[in-house]
Amino acid sequence: MSETTDGLAFGSLALALLGGALRVSTPFLFVSLGECITEKSGRINLGLEGTLVLGAMGGYGVSLLTGSPWLGVLAAGLCGVLMGLLHGGLCSLPKVNDIAVGIALMLFGTGLAFFLGKPLIQPQAPMLPSVELGAWSDDEQIRSALRINVLLPVGLALAGLLHWAFRASRWGLALRLVGDNAAAARALGYPVVPIRIGATAAGGFLAGVGGAFLSLYYPGSWNEGLSSGQGLMAVALVIFARWSPLRCALAALLFGAAGALGPALQSQGITAGYYLFNAAPYVLTLALMAASWTPGQTLAGAPGELSFTQR
Amino acid sequence: MAQTRFSAGRRDILRILGTGAAASALPFGIGLAGAADKLVVGVIYVGPRDDFGYNQAQAQAVAALKKMPGVKVVEEEKVPETVAVQKTMEAMINQDKASLIFATSFGYFDPHVLKMAEKYPNVRFAHCGGLWTAGKHPKNVGSFFGYIDECQYLDGIAAASVSKSKKLGFIAAKPIPQVLRNINAFLLGARSVDPKATVKVIFTGDWSLPVKEAEAANSLIDQGVDVLTCHVDSPKVIVETAERRGVYSCGYHASQAKLAPKGYLTGAEWDWQTPYTQIVKATLDGKPMVNFLRGGLKDGFVKPSPFGPAVSAEAKKKSEAVKAAMLKGDFPIFKGPLLDNTGKTVVAAGKVLGQQDPLLESMNYLVDGVIGQV
Repeated sequence: MSETTDGLAFGSLALALLGGALRVSTPFLFVSLGECITEKSGRINLGLEGTLVLGAMGGYGVSLLTGSPWLGVLAAGLCGVLMGLLHGGLCSLPKVNDIAVGIALMLFGTGLAFFLGKPLIQPQAPMLPSVELGAWSDDEQIRSALRINVLLPVGLALAGLLHWAFRASRWGLALRLVGDNAAAARALGYPVVPIRIGATAAGGFLAGVGGAFLSLYYPGSWNEGLSSGQGLMAVALVIFARWSPLRCALAALLFGAAGALGPALQSQGITAGYYLFNAAPYVLTLALMAASWTPGQTLAGAPGELSFTQR
Repeated sequence: MAQTRFSAGRRDILRILGTGAAASALPFGIGLAGAADKLVVGVIYVGPRDDFGYNQAQAQAVAALKKMPGVKVVEEEKVPETVAVQKTMEAMINQDKASLIFATSFGYFDPHVLKMAEKYPNVRFAHCGGLWTAGKHPKNVGSFFGYIDECQYLDGIAAASVSKSKKLGFIAAKPIPQVLRNINAFLLGARSVDPKATVKVIFTGDWSLPVKEAEAANSLIDQGVDVLTCHVDSPKVIVETAERRGVYSCGYHASQAKLAPKGYLTGAEWDWQTPYTQIVKATLDGKPMVNFLRGGLKDGFVKPSPFGPAVSAEAKKKSEAVKAAMLKGDFPIFKGPLLDNTGKTVVAAGKVLGQQDPLLESMNYLVDGVIGQV
């Protein structure tokens, strides 16, 4: 238990947390960026947990059938688009509440994935390749911590791109206008409903890709406990990140590190209170929600058309 | 309609129902007639039946039950260890007329199975893993389990033989007695080869958490562990992660050898067919419920996986010798003096706990050499 000095153990723990953040954060990142796009258009899609699980199943199945994991990623994205179109379409009907539809689609997506995924639990599908960022080091721990999938840099780049697009691009501004004030958007001639449906579908695509990461890279297997609520936490994370893609990326990395905390501490021999450390991501969600929902304060950055900002 | 009746699928159903004279009857008639004079056995799983692990091992035994004459099986998967399992049991009893129920997950026992057993005294409940106690628990309840720690001990021998760092890793779901017994047996097996070997334990907190299990596997490997084993519902993710990282693994529940052709050493597998058929036969013959059923290697309740390519001839020989002693029934795993990892004596010097000793089924400590905390 005390083979290493405290300093070394601390470095090793930091490395383990970094590795965990790089490994675990990608699904959080993709789902939260997707939700960010959707919420910017003025709708909340709580069903992304279902989309994530369905994407994981679809991606695994297609990778198994075609032998190409990248086709699997694409298929997962398309599953997500379909789920997004369903949510967007249903919410465009009069008097339909987007939160209720989201919960229904969450149950629908996970149920459908479990049903169709039964024959996929046993076989092994081809996995996505990894990129060795740590090849320069002799230390196995550094190399394993820096072994990442190409989807992570893609997601981080996407966060930067969205950050720019929401401020400076024509469609980004149109999206924000639709989300902030539908009446003004209509007056300017923007088609509000199609933009919202498109934003929900795009959000679904990203969540589906996040699911493919789970089944095709890490942990890299399809089974029914695969997501265990990651899609829901990612939605909460968007609110904490105050609808900023860059902050979404930071928060996703933070959640990834929190998820790695429990196993990392126990493998270092710090074994007391592991239930607490294992619950770190959930505790973090609660704490962040509580911190960002201080009563009496306005919700800075929230799109004006979201159902919970409407009064 | 006439064509489908003679297709393979329909014939199978007819055979399972065993109604020879039913060829002219409609499917509905068959179902009702079947239920009336057959023993309906309900089986409840906590996860999917083909999970490469715990549930698959149970389902393999149930597949054998389905072939028994006079038995009809109804199954339900993915039933959580909550009040939901009571509802499933009631539905099986009232709607399917089940008179024998196999509740296969540990958490079903107390209070769910016990409550249902009191409410339905004419139905028999067989629970996997519980500790049935005479006088305390109803007569229509029985618990069956296997001494899989024998296979874990054999795993430990193989693991310590191939390990270079002599650091072994164990990824466990929850610190319940059966899990602790497996961890301790694995360590004792390893220490029989190398008295300096250690086992690092990570508790993930639940039976199926793939991301956390992969994370646990990676952090153990980062800490120099070079053989991994586990006690979770589906070892698939852990065995695959070990193979990808180039370390060895020992399987659990069923064989995962296919998943890790290079690094799979051996594994601890269940063979539930023996207890299942025994309990069903007793019910069919109208004998009293088998309340307490246990067995190890000797009784065919458990078996080790065949050795993988990395296990040396010498290690195989040692393992085979211990296995032979276990088959004869004279190899107690837990014998004094035995310290736990806080330095307390848990088995006094000179004392030997036989495999059947109920004391072992309430184990609440990790032995010296295990790095972890209950």
